[in-house]
Amino acid sequence: MAFSLSNGVQVMVFGILAGMAVLFALGVVFAESIIYAGFLLAGLFLSMSGLYLLLNADFVAAAQVLIYVGAVNILILFAIMLVNRRYTFTPLKFGWLRNGVTGLVCVGLLSLLVLTVFQTPWPITAIESINAIETIGGHFFSDYLLPFELASVLLLMALIGAIILARREYILATQEKEGLFSLLERPRPQLEPNEPTLKR
Amino acid sequence: MELQLTFFLTLAAVLFCIGIYGLVVSRNAIRVLMSIEIMLNAVNLNLLSFSNFLDSGLVRGQVFTVFVITVAAAEAAVGLAIVLGIYRNRSTIDMESFNLLRW
Repeated sequence: MAFSLSNGVQVMVFGILAGMAVLFALGVVFAESIIYAGFLLAGLFLSMSGLYLLLNADFVAAAQVLIYVGAVNILILFAIMLVNRRYTFTPLKFGWLRNGVTGLVCVGLLSLLVLTVFQTPWPITAIESINAIETIGGHFFSDYLLPFELASVLLLMALIGAIILARREYILATQEKEGLFSLLERPRPQLEPNEPTLKR
Repeated sequence: MELQLTFFLTLAAVLFCIGIYGLVVSRNAIRVLMSIEIMLNAVNLNLLSFSNFLDSGLVRGQVFTVFVITVAAAEAAVGLAIVLGIYRNRSTIDMESFNLLRW
C-alpha cells in the first residue's frame, strides 16, 4: 500500500507506471498488428491497476485485474481471433486530413485539460487511513443500493443481448429436421482449405 | 516531493486524448472498442484520484469506479457481439464500410 512507502519511492513508482501506461496506450492505437494491440491493452490495464494501488484503492485494483485483464481483454482477443483476416484497408481520399484534424483537436483538448488541472485550486484534504473495502461495502448496501441492484439487471441484459446478437441467425426453410431442443442455426459455410485470406 | 493530485489528473488527460485519437482515426472496429476502453480507464483514474485526495474518508469515487467497470464490461460484451454480427453481414470490419444507415 502507498502508506508504507516513502514519498520519493511513491513518485518514482508513479513515474514508471505512468510511462508504461502512456507507452502501452500509444501502442494500442498505433500498433500495426491488431493482436499486438490486444496484448498491449492488457499491459495498459495492469499498469492502471498499479496506479490504483498507489491511490489507496486496493479493492478497485483487484477488480481491475480480475475484470479487465481477466474478462474484457480475453473477450477482445477472442473477437480478434473470430474476425482475424489480413485486411488491406484502402486509403481514404482525405485520410491524412482527417488524421491531422483529429490530432489537432486532441492536442487542443489535452492542453485545455492540463491548463484547467493546474489552474483550479483543488480543496485537497489530508488522506485518512481507512479500511476501503468495508467502506465500499457499506456504501453498496446503504446509499448506493439502487445503482447496485440496477447494475445486476444491466449485466443480465448485457449477457442475454450479447448471446442473441452473436448467435448465428437461423433460416427455417433450409433447416434440417432436428431434435426439439437443438439450437437452430444457419448452416456454417464450408471453408476452402487453402483460402488465402485466412492467414495466421 | 510527494504525489500530488495534478500528476494523476494530467496522466488521465493524456490517456483520454490518446483514446479519442484512436477512436476517431482507427479503421479496425475492434481497435475502436479498445480505444473506448482506454478512455474509460482514464475516467476511472480521475475518479480514483479525486476519491483519494479530496474525499478519502468516504471513498465515494471508488464506488463510482466499480460501477464504471461494470458498465464497461457490459459495453465490451455487447460491442464485440455487434462487431461479430456486422462482420457476418458485410464480411469486413473496416469502419469506413459501415454505411448501412447513410441516407
